Amino acid sequence: MIRLLAFKELRSLLSAPSTWFMLAALQFIFSWFFLSRLDAFLQVQTQLALIANAPGAAQAIVAPLFDTLGLIMMMLVPVLTMRLLAEERRNLTMPLLMAAPLSSIQIVLGKFIGLMLFLLLPIVASTLMVLVLALGTPLDTGLLLSNAAGLLLVTASYAALGLYVSALTVQPIVAAISALAALVGLWLVSSSADAGSIWHALAPTSHFRHFNTGLLDSSDLVYYLVFCAFFLLLAMRRIHNNRIYG
Amino acid sequence: MSEAAPATLSASNLVRRFGKRSVVNDVSLELHRGEVLGLLGHNGAGKSTTLQMLTGVLLPHSGSIEICGFDLADRPDRAKACIGYLPETPPLYRDMHVDDYLKFVARLHRMSATQAAQALEQAKGRCGLQQVGRKIIGTLSKGYQQRVGIAQAIIHNPEVIVLDEPTVGLDPAQIRDIRALIRELGNAHSVILSTHLLGEVETVCDRVEIMHHGRIIYGDSSARMMQYGNGEMKLEEVFIEITGKHNSQAGEEAAP
Repeated sequence: MIRLLAFKELRSLLSAPSTWFMLAALQFIFSWFFLSRLDAFLQVQTQLALIANAPGAAQAIVAPLFDTLGLIMMMLVPVLTMRLLAEERRNLTMPLLMAAPLSSIQIVLGKFIGLMLFLLLPIVASTLMVLVLALGTPLDTGLLLSNAAGLLLVTASYAALGLYVSALTVQPIVAAISALAALVGLWLVSSSADAGSIWHALAPTSHFRHFNTGLLDSSDLVYYLVFCAFFLLLAMRRIHNNRIYG
Repeated sequence: MSEAAPATLSASNLVRRFGKRSVVNDVSLELHRGEVLGLLGHNGAGKSTTLQMLTGVLLPHSGSIEICGFDLADRPDRAKACIGYLPETPPLYRDMHVDDYLKFVARLHRMSATQAAQALEQAKGRCGLQQVGRKIIGTLSKGYQQRVGIAQAIIHNPEVIVLDEPTVGLDPAQIRDIRALIRELGNAHSVILSTHLLGEVETVCDRVEIMHHGRIIYGDSSARMMQYGNGEMKLEEVFIEITGKHNSQAGEEAAP
């Protein structure tokens, strides 16, 4: 059932022309950043060659690129999550799911996995694009994979929060603005708080920075799993409450 | 239909409140195989809320619901598998093709891909949708959208079909077609439909329950309802007399 809902969600996203436009725009922006970073790296490459332990292509290009992509995802994901549950309620299609032999868990996980399958497209496309560097220079694939894994996890956390916010309202646009406000709020808190403070630890972007520098820490992985589980459970509870409060 | 036919749905003492307002009060219903039950009442009588509880969309504050022998609270998956539900507004994904949507609903009810493909043809045939299978739902007329709504409710061949005001907003020809379809469905399934159209009761229903202010105030076969009083009253007059009588009884009880 989860698979059925996930593929339905994925098909629904891919059948909308606006989705393809969004994917194309995202890829264009990412390519633009990629080429400008590559250009900057090529300009200073001769000077870097004189320095001992100079940063390689991966450090100079991949890390800042994925950092930017993380921020772009923060703005893109609420636009995609806004319709997941809010639109079902606005279009009065929720009774179809509620009257079917489906649990709240299946509904929420189906929607979440469907969206994540879609979000894998830009993440994989971006990773493959950067992998092209390996044709011309030795590439730190470990750093690249760590960034890709970090981006996937931080995107999943954005999607879980956005899905929960989408469960709270009937208006998709309200869901998008609220989720974006929450994510930007967390980002600002993490940027302004001290590195060791609890506020810093609460924000998904803080944990992404470790992946961004190639540091794989199990506590970051646990943080993302807990963050996703927390908001998905809240979304499940909200759907169950629909049955109680109407 | 005889009373001896097995009960496919039974609801006992359902109570539902929204805040402090009681919308459904101690409602009990029983539906038998091969029967079409009409739930009749004014707007706001509690019909839709009752149907939402019967299909598991809303939880009752108290009372129990059993569908095909499965308690809806204890075994929601098994109980819901026996139900097909058309809400007041058909739950349609307007950007999907009719075929894709109906297949999706069949799979939601745990049919295999092969079963879903067979069920799709059957449901389309019964609801007259053969010509619109590849059309996008949002582009269909209201009548066809209603047919798709009914098709999604019957595609998994459920024992119990719950239809909430299935003919509202349709033109007379569409109403006639949908009523004929409901009558046909009533031969093989149990159907419960809510309506405030008395003509629907006359043409479609075997039995009638009248809801008023959240309570069932009258229940009998539709034939006997038409014989109510001296048998010369129109159905509208019968309905108004029954609900009016209930209003005056409630007024007397409330008086000091």
